[in-house]
Amino acid sequence: MASVEIRDVRKAYGSQQVIHGVSIDIQDGEFVILVGPSGCGKSTLLRMVAGLENITGGEIRIGPRVVNNVAPKERDIAMVFQNYALYPHMTVADNMAFSLMLKKAPKVEIAGKVNHAAEILGLTPLLDRYPRQLSGGQRQRVAMGRAIVRDPQVFLFDEPLSNLDAKLRVSMRGEIKALHQRLKTTTIYVTHDQIEAMTMADKIVVMHDGIVEQMGAPLDLYDRPVNLFVAGFIGSPAMNVLQGTIDSSGVRVGNMVLPVQSAPAASVGRPAYYGIRPEHFQLRSDGMPVEVIVVEPTGSETQVVARAGHEEITCVFRERISARPGETILVAPDPALVHLFDRDSGRRIN
Amino acid sequence: MADAAVQDRVLLPPEPKASLLQSRGMVGFLFMLPALAFLLIFLTYPLGLGVWLGFTDTRIGRDGVWIGLENYQLLWDDSLFWLSVFNTLLYTITASILKFALGLWLALILNEHLPFKSFFRAVLLLPWVVPTVLSAIAFWWIYDSQFSVISWGMIELGIIDMPINFLGDMENARASVIAANVWRGIPFVAITLLAGLQTISPSLHEAATLDGATGWQRFRYITLPMLSPLIAVVMTFSVLFTFTDFQLIYVLTRGGPLNATHLMATLSFQRAIPGGQLGEGAAIAVAMIPFLLAAILFSYFGLQRRKWQQGGAD
Repeated sequence: MASVEIRDVRKAYGSQQVIHGVSIDIQDGEFVILVGPSGCGKSTLLRMVAGLENITGGEIRIGPRVVNNVAPKERDIAMVFQNYALYPHMTVADNMAFSLMLKKAPKVEIAGKVNHAAEILGLTPLLDRYPRQLSGGQRQRVAMGRAIVRDPQVFLFDEPLSNLDAKLRVSMRGEIKALHQRLKTTTIYVTHDQIEAMTMADKIVVMHDGIVEQMGAPLDLYDRPVNLFVAGFIGSPAMNVLQGTIDSSGVRVGNMVLPVQSAPAASVGRPAYYGIRPEHFQLRSDGMPVEVIVVEPTGSETQVVARAGHEEITCVFRERISARPGETILVAPDPALVHLFDRDSGRRIN
Repeated sequence: MADAAVQDRVLLPPEPKASLLQSRGMVGFLFMLPALAFLLIFLTYPLGLGVWLGFTDTRIGRDGVWIGLENYQLLWDDSLFWLSVFNTLLYTITASILKFALGLWLALILNEHLPFKSFFRAVLLLPWVVPTVLSAIAFWWIYDSQFSVISWGMIELGIIDMPINFLGDMENARASVIAANVWRGIPFVAITLLAGLQTISPSLHEAATLDGATGWQRFRYITLPMLSPLIAVVMTFSVLFTFTDFQLIYVLTRGGPLNATHLMATLSFQRAIPGGQLGEGAAIAVAMIPFLLAAILFSYFGLQRRKWQQGGAD
């Protein structure tokens, strides 16, 4: 196992720069998730760590060694691909044994490692099957098995769950996390799904347009997003963001004044975005009146889309609500959990 | 009212003519008739006639009589026939191996990121689109004993002193016709294998690279096995085309010199049409069938879906 250090890494295709100086420190044994919308450069960054893409500038270290010019197979990493990239003409056992076979490892050692990995992943009864005869989840596990038998310094996952159905995704999420807790191998995992990032990561790196927007523990990102992009990206349903002006008693949005626990000093009159997560609204008799547009009960909670002045907001309540579309309910944002962002830069100001 | 009418009609005993036309099997059969007629007239009849002629002593202008296996007995003792069998096998095997090796090599090159890739892919097809007789005539000039551009070039470069006798020497003639056939056959192999290469997901190569495979190992363990079903198809067709080749030989050498390039197809034609012995020519053509059947059987097993290509069944 090893730490990974990404230092001011840049990537350009011709004159088109796609990654603009990214620096990430990954501790030994840490589970780091790169998350961002498609085209943000997260997969490219992962492929640079793997050695499948050249590094235009900067430095990547795996352990103490700079790997910029080290061939992929010398980097001692294993990668799980989005489409699994299983060799279709090899059985499950051969797929997992392939790297060891190339290393000319003794047959006994190969069989031992393959059986061990198959046991961990519950693949033992499937060892003689071909990839085509497996379900999506099983293929996913074979791809992980192929990575495990190599016992690499670093695991790389490139959107490994995006080809699975929703239910399987949740269970594989759990399996990957359990596997990491068992093997404690340094892991870099790329996804566009912020829920995967929130549930699995030790550390999340939010990327956007080739830069790192924010890096930190999942709940830190949720509680204190540093800018509008992270605020909108992390959390589901997304944070409500209302355009307003800071006032002496709160933030004025249209003709409403929304409460804030602590606005930055001397900022009255400053244009700002008022951010409040849907789950941070409460039903209160002294709340502001909003007109219900849609009510979506999920059983455990109720999601309400409502109109507040000219703005549309989404609220999530633990309680069940019998309101119908068109009716008015009284809701109040929790002033302690409000996020304020500068109107021009989008940066957090409270 | 309407329901009752429908019910009445259903209950009536159907007219025999209408029911025949309405049965799905009958309609299907009718639709197949044109194709069936086509196959009978243009495939079954000539093939049957050929086999029949092989058992007769028919000559041009004279109906033959059934002579049983006499033609085949004659061929059995005919050294020229056996020479043509040898020539055909040599021609087919050598040309097919060369076409496969060069075609695969070209396909692998064209599958890389090259400048002007589409241009080269289009150029590659040229030998295939030129009519065989035209390219054969071009080769005839290229192989001319006095004015050959190859000989001229090599003399200019000082490699040789005298023009090469391409088509006048037995060994040279065999090599020359094989070279011309290979030139013509490469595009088919290369383009088809290129199509096959493009269906192999790049991530498989990336995965193999990370697994520690060298370029050769990736070819040996990923590309070749995944291409093998297509190779079986391409090579079956290539072998069939080559085995039955006629035009190239007929334009270039007419089987000479000293029958060194006579293939079974050219010998069959030679005996049947200019020689007038339709029965004997037909017998030579029929003698090709076992070889072709062997090639087809080979492809039958080669084309069977590999175990790894089968999905689903547990």
